[in-house]
Amino acid sequence: MREKKKKPANVVMFIILVILAIVFVFPILFVLINSFKGKLFISDNPFSMPKFSLNKEEKADIDEQYQKKVEEFLDRYTDGVTVPREMTDALVAEHCTAEGYKTVAEYEEGVKKGLESQVVSFVKLKNYIEGVEKTGFFQAFGYSAFITVFSVLVIVLFTAMTGWMITRYKSKVSEALYLLYAFSMVVPFQMVMFTMTFVVNRLSLDNPLGIIIVYLGFGAGLSVFMFCGFVKGIPIDIEEAAMIDGCTPAKTFFSVVLPILKPTAITVAILNAMWIWNDYLLPYLTLGSNYKTIPVAVQYIKDGYGGADMGILMAMLVLAIIPIIIFYVTCQKYIIQGVAAGAVKG
Amino acid sequence: MQKNYKKYFLLFVLPTFVAFVIAFVAPFLMGLGLSFCKFQTVVDAEFVGLDNYIKAFQNKEFITAMGFTIKFTLVSVVIINVLAFALALMLTKDVKGTNFFRTIFFMPNLIGGLVLGYIWQAIINGVLMSKQATILSDSKYGFWGLIIMMCWQMIGYMMIIYIAGIQNVSPDLLEAAAIDGATKSQTLFKIIIPMVMPSITVCMFLTLSNSFKLFDQNLALTNGGPSNETRMVALDIFKTFYGRMGWEGVGQAKAVVFFIFVSAIAFAQLYFTRNKEVES
Repeated sequence: MREKKKKPANVVMFIILVILAIVFVFPILFVLINSFKGKLFISDNPFSMPKFSLNKEEKADIDEQYQKKVEEFLDRYTDGVTVPREMTDALVAEHCTAEGYKTVAEYEEGVKKGLESQVVSFVKLKNYIEGVEKTGFFQAFGYSAFITVFSVLVIVLFTAMTGWMITRYKSKVSEALYLLYAFSMVVPFQMVMFTMTFVVNRLSLDNPLGIIIVYLGFGAGLSVFMFCGFVKGIPIDIEEAAMIDGCTPAKTFFSVVLPILKPTAITVAILNAMWIWNDYLLPYLTLGSNYKTIPVAVQYIKDGYGGADMGILMAMLVLAIIPIIIFYVTCQKYIIQGVAAGAVKG
Repeated sequence: MQKNYKKYFLLFVLPTFVAFVIAFVAPFLMGLGLSFCKFQTVVDAEFVGLDNYIKAFQNKEFITAMGFTIKFTLVSVVIINVLAFALALMLTKDVKGTNFFRTIFFMPNLIGGLVLGYIWQAIINGVLMSKQATILSDSKYGFWGLIIMMCWQMIGYMMIIYIAGIQNVSPDLLEAAAIDGATKSQTLFKIIIPMVMPSITVCMFLTLSNSFKLFDQNLALTNGGPSNETRMVALDIFKTFYGRMGWEGVGQAKAVVFFIFVSAIAFAQLYFTRNKEVES
């Protein structure tokens, strides 16, 4: 039954999917293209491709404009009276030094470059270089990477321990903990935002190390919940056998249970990594501008310089997306499986 | 055996729990208490009864934000789920390159809310330029901008969950339906949809809570403009806390109301859709 392929319908579907794929990729290409354009070109003509060089007409036009400029100031000096060639050359040279150029050739080049930049929108890596400087991007990348990696490691290890223990050890406390962690998933961040910032400041956790503890606390809900769900499904016999053989629960957990938990651990790690890497409000409130993470740095461009420089903003958006795409391409399989698995349990 | 565990209970549970108390339990309880107080720095709290709640409900911005959030959530939940389900149906048929398409459609989900917001702000402003407008010219631009952005971000994610659900529908069932002469729409509505009800529950829950709690995207795309018309509840609470001196208590009261609202929706929604699921 299923082997029968209805070809024409599939071709139509394929075309629809291709169009949709283009629509989905477009915004990223849009940012990438604009990140190489001068800021005025981005706001005036955001959908054009960058213009790399001048064509013949534009070149002629610029030469003409330069000539006109020279004639204009000559007119100003001579009042329209025709003067000998040597004199005009001297006047031009004098004007050039007055404008801050050493030679006439340098002056010509400077003026033409200025005129060119009104036509050629391609600015090479200018936006990137300025943006990296102004936002301290590499430092922000460092903080983001440090906080994400270590928070995820801490979350996976400790919530796996909790999830396993409160599932295996049956007591009122275990049950209460389970409900408490599940409950915390529903609570919106705004509910604890202000008081959490207060507590974190009081306990001096407002630094890249301390925030790891905060992320463990916030990530605990979903992560414990997922580990509990998984542990419930694995047979207890293996653990019991290990313990009868003389393993302590700690040894049993680390050498027997943890390897079995690996698929869930990967899912938990991916979900938390996606959240922490992109999180804005928590690092903004606790770390502020002392330790800017990437999202905080991006927002800083918007807030900090009296209206954002669109060129720098576009370049920073590209830089913020690149690590995510690299991560996605390398762990794509795990990410998609993890998300599907996480949804079924959550 | 249970005794064995008991000795290690604290060792296993305490590290997470300490962090959980610091980051969640203590701030949550303090937040509840402070919603009945006037304060600026937490320590200077002064009990004022229901004053903050009264102010919150009399605050026009809060009511507008609530309305806007509900409207946005309804529209985005419907559009995202319909489109994601349609995509999942297409990608579970014999079409070339399903893996490639899946990868592409899911990708925007990994990009953070702020970055997404700024990308779409630039695109939408570019499109509106032909009308001599920006996204802040009219609140309907902001509204649909938010919807489009949310779709772009969430469709891939929901699609992955729907694909997993659809692939779980037993081929025998579909074959039986085909032999009995079921039409395509009958197969869809009488077999596939009831069988993927668990996925629908999860997706509805995720889109609902993500839309309702939206913050970063809202901040980046419109920052609530024009004149706070596109401000959602989460952003309104943030602005009440940090943008208005002396209103911290009201902000906290708004947050409690928001929390109750979110929990009520979450539980109601889980309750209703769970009832519709097919026992498997």
